[in-house]
Amino acid sequence: MKLLTSVFAGLLFGLGMALSGMMDPARVTGFLDLAGAWDPSLAFVMGGALAVFMPGYFLLVKPRRLSLLGEPMARVPAPVLDRRLIGGAALFGIGWGLVGICPGPALSLISSGQPMILLFIGAMAAGILLVDKVWNRVLEKARQHRIA
Amino acid sequence: MMESQWLLSLGGGMLAGLSALILMLFNGRVAGISGILAGAMQYKTPWRVLFLLALTLGWATMPAFDALPGWPVVLLAGLLVGIGTRLGNGCTSGHGICGMGRLSTRSVVATLTFMGMGVATVFFTHHMF
Repeated sequence: MKLLTSVFAGLLFGLGMALSGMMDPARVTGFLDLAGAWDPSLAFVMGGALAVFMPGYFLLVKPRRLSLLGEPMARVPAPVLDRRLIGGAALFGIGWGLVGICPGPALSLISSGQPMILLFIGAMAAGILLVDKVWNRVLEKARQHRIA
Repeated sequence: MMESQWLLSLGGGMLAGLSALILMLFNGRVAGISGILAGAMQYKTPWRVLFLLALTLGWATMPAFDALPGWPVVLLAGLLVGIGTRLGNGCTSGHGICGMGRLSTRSVVATLTFMGMGVATVFFTHHMF
């Protein structure tokens, strides 16, 4: 059942991306281009998403300790604003602005088979691995070293 | 034409929001695509892979890309997106929809930061060079 809802949510998300215009890099950069021919329509994507998710979260999700299928609710991180969060978001923003693709649309676009999209996804995966397998381990070693 | 684009964006956004709500309400999971991808790459349970497969399947009716830059820029951008979303713990979906939707300070700050840097980057690439 849990897997069925995952598939359904994935389908909905992909359909939403396709309709919204987020899969069109030129429109994304047009949305970010405040100084040029600014196309504000993509603001409605986040607006529409929040209009559905936010009331649903506060009315249906937040009061629950377990999900409808009995799963524990995702942990909410401690409200700490650190360099890692802000620096990471800044790097992501630069990458997003360079080509106009963020992770959801990138993966939705994989079926296009476009070499550039595949290159983007490969580089994105390499970046993820770099942080998870190298960066985090180096930090962890340094931390253990300090403790020892 | 303009108006129908706004409506499609609104409708598409609402579907993404509904998807995020369903995933959290039924499964207790955050619909953050970068996080789901990172988790899928360290394969623990099948739900992430199934979610991503469903995300990629069937919606191949996308516009043609005429605006993608050369491959070195695409490579650099992909790396930055991968590293940045991992360090910053989320992307447009995780922070922009799920995090902002529960009024998380971290997510509001992250969203303002990546939007701001996106705007600054487009300003540099479109108007300076």
